[in-house]
Amino acid sequence: MTLDELQPGISCEMTGLTASGALGQRLMDLGFYPGAAIAIVRNAPLVDPLELHLDGYHVSIRHSEARHIEVKI
Amino acid sequence: MTSTPILVALAGQPNCGKSTVFNLLTGARQHVANYPGVTVEKKTGSFSIGETRVELVDLPGTYSLTSYSLEERVARDFLLGDNPGVVMDVADASNLKRNLYLTLQLIEMEVPTILDLNMMDVAERRGQKIDILGLEKILGIPVVPTTAKRGAGREQLREAIVRTADTTRESVFRVNYGPMEPYIRELLERLKEEPLLSVQYPLRWLAVKLLENDAEAMDLLGRNHPDADRILEATEAARSKFAAEEGNEVERHIAFTRHAACAAISRKVVTMPTERKRSLSDRADRYICNRYLGPIILVAILMVLYQVAIVFGNWLALQVWPAWGALEDFAADVLPAAGFMDDPLLRSLGLWVVKSTTAILNYLPIFFLLFSLIAILEDSGYMPRMAFILDRLFRRFGLHGQSTLPMILGGVYVGGCAIPGVMATKAIPDERARLATIMIVPMMNCLAKVPLYLILIGAYFADVGGFAMFFIATVTLFMALPVAKLLTLTVFKKHSSAPFIMEMPPYHVPTVTGVLRRAAERVWLFLKKIVTVVAAVAVVVFVLINYPGLTDARKAHYAEAEVKAVDGFMAEVEKTGYQGRINRDDVLSIILFDEALKRAKQGVTDQEKSNVINQRFEVRNPVYYAVVKRVGGDGKALNRAIKKVNRVRKQVRRESRAERFETSFLGVMGRTLEPVTQWAGFNWRINIALLSAFAAKENSAATLGSIYGLDGSQSVQESMKAGESGFTALHALALMLFMALYPPCVPTSIMVRHQSNSTKWMLFSIGYQTLLGLFVASLVFTGGTLLGLSGFQAMWAFYGLCVAVTLGMGLIPVPEETEATPVITAICKDNCS
Repeated sequence: MTLDELQPGISCEMTGLTASGALGQRLMDLGFYPGAAIAIVRNAPLVDPLELHLDGYHVSIRHSEARHIEVKI
Repeated sequence: MTSTPILVALAGQPNCGKSTVFNLLTGARQHVANYPGVTVEKKTGSFSIGETRVELVDLPGTYSLTSYSLEERVARDFLLGDNPGVVMDVADASNLKRNLYLTLQLIEMEVPTILDLNMMDVAERRGQKIDILGLEKILGIPVVPTTAKRGAGREQLREAIVRTADTTRESVFRVNYGPMEPYIRELLERLKEEPLLSVQYPLRWLAVKLLENDAEAMDLLGRNHPDADRILEATEAARSKFAAEEGNEVERHIAFTRHAACAAISRKVVTMPTERKRSLSDRADRYICNRYLGPIILVAILMVLYQVAIVFGNWLALQVWPAWGALEDFAADVLPAAGFMDDPLLRSLGLWVVKSTTAILNYLPIFFLLFSLIAILEDSGYMPRMAFILDRLFRRFGLHGQSTLPMILGGVYVGGCAIPGVMATKAIPDERARLATIMIVPMMNCLAKVPLYLILIGAYFADVGGFAMFFIATVTLFMALPVAKLLTLTVFKKHSSAPFIMEMPPYHVPTVTGVLRRAAERVWLFLKKIVTVVAAVAVVVFVLINYPGLTDARKAHYAEAEVKAVDGFMAEVEKTGYQGRINRDDVLSIILFDEALKRAKQGVTDQEKSNVINQRFEVRNPVYYAVVKRVGGDGKALNRAIKKVNRVRKQVRRESRAERFETSFLGVMGRTLEPVTQWAGFNWRINIALLSAFAAKENSAATLGSIYGLDGSQSVQESMKAGESGFTALHALALMLFMALYPPCVPTSIMVRHQSNSTKWMLFSIGYQTLLGLFVASLVFTGGTLLGLSGFQAMWAFYGLCVAVTLGMGLIPVPEETEATPVITAICKDNCS
């Protein structure tokens, strides 16, 4: 399952990353790694982007980017 | 204690309070410039610890140290190239796990690191306990807890700097990359073969980076190792072998291992509270980022921003104006005196330069307010929320959520200024969207475009003024958005678009000093960058509008008028008791005496003060005083006569100026362009006004005034209507639209160059807006004429067209993120000064 499929209010754990290059690096640098606890806080008023709670801080990413993050609930 | 200055680099992830630590250490003494060749800001400051000088350099805030982003490359190059004696790594104590990610990379670079655990108060408030000594022991570097916002920890930081600079102790901590270690060891052996390399660079770091396929590291190896190609081949083989064996790419393995190490350290030293309370920020965001309430709050904040900066700022600028007026008067006093017809070159040029500069300085209060408000938005943490709310909308046009602020500043409705607008694009993290924003900000309605709108609306749309104003105020957005999209799909296609991923930091209450300091820094940057260039450009424009000057025949014609007028006055003098006491040379002096007296009494309402000034002038020259103040019968008669002379003088000056202007280089340009601009309905007179507006947009109204022989008594719109009998509302509409799309004025162009770091983009922005403006004006004028539309009809037909194009453009998908080749072009390699 990927992160962009989840609805606000759901918590999950990251299991894998399918992005490489700049996007992959940026995701990793901001603290996306297997085992990280992610909670979906809310969608933006126009649905995209979404706000996450990731291991103690808040980050917002677009759905197109969340598609590359594999998670399990 | 050492006597040579210690170079300290300040590193840290964004939102860790790094700039507060910087201010805590350096106080007011700091200097802002750019890193060579790039637009990344470099803040330096210095202070003393006892006898020791410390130079503090603020590195860009980065989450990591890869070569994917410009900021990270700049930070890394500084660490490797400038050999700082100490690297102070500022970390957000309340978010230690993520912040350690950067710390571990610094330690891996084998730079002497101090870890500053900042924002301890936040960590405590959240109920976290951090074992400082334990952390020190694990990492093997000094760890200093601080709360920079309250000034806590300053002494400990200073002490740690001296202690670290004195020792050569290195951190004992190594990230264990597990299955990758054999590969690292093997590569290390190969690297050690070149002895010079190990002196210059930390080899373990280099090995890890090479395995990570880091472009800059490979480049570095190529420059410094004779056998680079073979090593790179071996590295590539190792990468594939590792990926095949472990089923994971090396980059991912490295980043994941580092994160795991951070998590392990954090588990050991941080005691988390048993239950997580929702922080105040979380609760605030429930409203501020709310689906319905969020956009309303956003609009309200922008309205307040507009009201304070533009409306109140304008009022404030008006209050400050007398200061600049005094500067102009002062210049008028010290420069050589005016002549009858022509002024000495030094005077006319000097006044021109001073006036051009004060025209820009006039905006200073607005800028100060704007910059303060931006600083508040930045420091409070609202900026990322704004981007969050609007990103979806703007992304459709190739822009970014953070393009909002530059466009507001540029004047999305009416009255902004493109200079701070372009300056504010700095915050946009996506290069492509940032360039697109830079290109469309000058299309917004800045304050200086408004006078021309008012003239044209007053002259040709007087009965529907409100609608016309609404039209021009809002149509610009519907022209700018499609243009941004078009540029994104064409010229910016190749530019890399960064991922959006953005931290949403907790809200902070901005401090007054922090805000004022930032505003002052930016105002200073503006003064330094803009005002000097404006003065230089003013000289060029002066030459363009004054030379080659009048022919001798025309000069003689005007001189004759002068002689005649003076003759008339002297004839009057003969009839009075001043016969013999006033001669021909005095005529001009009397006129100037009169002007000086009027200037001295400007704004003086108090009768007594006025009398004092009168007395001073009477003492200076009783004869002139008698003429000017109509003393006695003779005085009255001569006063009438001198007024007549002055009328002739003014007329001669005005006519000769207009003539000189029309025959000047700029005037010739205006005529040459007529065949092209006729499709837009512009004749050569309009062309001249538009050309002169390039220096500063305010000029267009002033130039029109002087072309149509304005003399203060008549309004520009009246004289324009009288002067251009063939003009219709359609002409006016085309002219307004051209003005809206008009290329950025000189100061804005300089700012475009500064922010895009490229002369090419500056020229592009000037060029495409000129062509676009001409195209739109021609479309409206010629199209409107062919269809037989009135100005008002053409206006709304065009509006509908723009809205339709905007909607259509919004539906075209933005090209997918260009896949991930690191861009190194922007960094300065060989010939940077």
